Amino acid sequence: MSALDLRPAAAAAPRTGRIVRHALLEARLVVRNGEQLLLALVIPLALIVGQAFLGGRLGIDANSFVPSVIALGLWSTGFTSLAITTAFERRYGVLERLAATPLRPIDLLLGKALAMVALAVGQAVVLGIAGLLAGWTPRPEGWQYLVVVATVPLALIAFASAALALSGRGSAELTLGLANLIYLIGAAAGVLVPPSLFPGWLQPILSWLPTTALADALRDWAAGAVDAGPVLVTLLWSIAGLLLARKAFRWTS
Amino acid sequence: MPEPIALSVAEVRLRLGGRSVLDGLSLTAAFAAVTAVLGPNGAGKTTLIRCCTGLLRPDSGTISVLGSAPGSAAANDRIGLMPQSAGAWSGVRPGELLTYLAALYVTPLPVTELSAALGIDAFADTPYRRLSGGQQQLVNLAGAVVGRPELVFLDEPTAGLDPHMRHRVWDLVAGLRDAGVAIVLTTHSMEEAEHLADQVVMLDAGRGVASGTVAELTGGSTTLEARFLQLTRPERE
Repeated sequence: MSALDLRPAAAAAPRTGRIVRHALLEARLVVRNGEQLLLALVIPLALIVGQAFLGGRLGIDANSFVPSVIALGLWSTGFTSLAITTAFERRYGVLERLAATPLRPIDLLLGKALAMVALAVGQAVVLGIAGLLAGWTPRPEGWQYLVVVATVPLALIAFASAALALSGRGSAELTLGLANLIYLIGAAAGVLVPPSLFPGWLQPILSWLPTTALADALRDWAAGAVDAGPVLVTLLWSIAGLLLARKAFRWTS
Repeated sequence: MPEPIALSVAEVRLRLGGRSVLDGLSLTAAFAAVTAVLGPNGAGKTTLIRCCTGLLRPDSGTISVLGSAPGSAAANDRIGLMPQSAGAWSGVRPGELLTYLAALYVTPLPVTELSAALGIDAFADTPYRRLSGGQQQLVNLAGAVVGRPELVFLDEPTAGLDPHMRHRVWDLVAGLRDAGVAIVLTTHSMEEAEHLADQVVMLDAGRGVASGTVAELTGGSTTLEARFLQLTRPERE
């Protein structure tokens, strides 16, 4: 050990650097994780390719389907992936270890948020390009850009806070099972299948889900429609989610 | 002048799940010294460390970590922790983890040299989940010291290690002490306590039942293990 200078010299690195380093590590771990990559990119890409070949025969329109798939990708990154990752961080004692470092809880959350945003942007770009190559021709109107710009981050906040509430209280196994189940329910109920295809009594309920609101905002943007409703829905869910996560989240299992 | 005492725990009590886990525990840990905390399973050793890192808040009593409150930024920036359980992402590579942890500090230990000193360089690119228990322990130890802390908590640092690895860890701990670091380590190994400890604190059911140097505790007429068996009871159901 003589080569090492072990004399104490502890001092925290600047906050921005800590947050960025944490975000980079989290993003790398997600990209390397096969199951999460499957949900984030492989399944959505397979859906876009499948639609390109079979959509005409099945009566599925690319112009509403591709934005639905982009919403599905964001749903998996914002909720499922984050919930499972965080639950296993608690299980493996990662959060306990990090508590005894200069990484503050707020740094950890901001790092996670930064990683999630970077992944979501990358995902939207890849899926959007795949959609364009598959024949998607969006015709957006000006005002709906604002709706999308407001709805996407609000939806991600709502998804992420729900993920933290679930993973911060449940066991890793419970979170793994529930996060995948909720992912499938969200995907079927309003994301891939628009509310208009459900029975009339169910449509208003589905429209108030944050998942549906995100998909509706993207579908409207692609179709040239303008509807600010999703902003309100995702705003309410993000506030409720943050309050719930703040109450439910625990650092250790 | 630094504070002579790195860690001060006074009359700390904590109940968890209706059971008293820490029951009026008091101890101190000095700089440039190894304080070994011995106790049967369930005696409160890990809970003590969790209180010192701010993860658990005692019901009563006081804890001072490097002159600051446990869990405060002033304390957490200057301590290191080697948790008993994994403490790392399953898919992270040791080199990647240590580089990340080092980046949280201004003047960390050089990761390459630290990895070489502990033999981590041989498996630096292997995902954490594929490492043996002993290799994971070494990575956790490196993670605890990479920030050049003033006070290090090592929760059973050599549990499950082979003799080669154990001596490597002991060398590092001795090096830290010689450099002025305060080390608090929990262990079930009497050999480890005899080899490393400047001060031994024995816990039983959340209480300190004896403390002193190994020589003071054994009085020259008994072994540390015999004294331990005399003063403590087996884990309670």
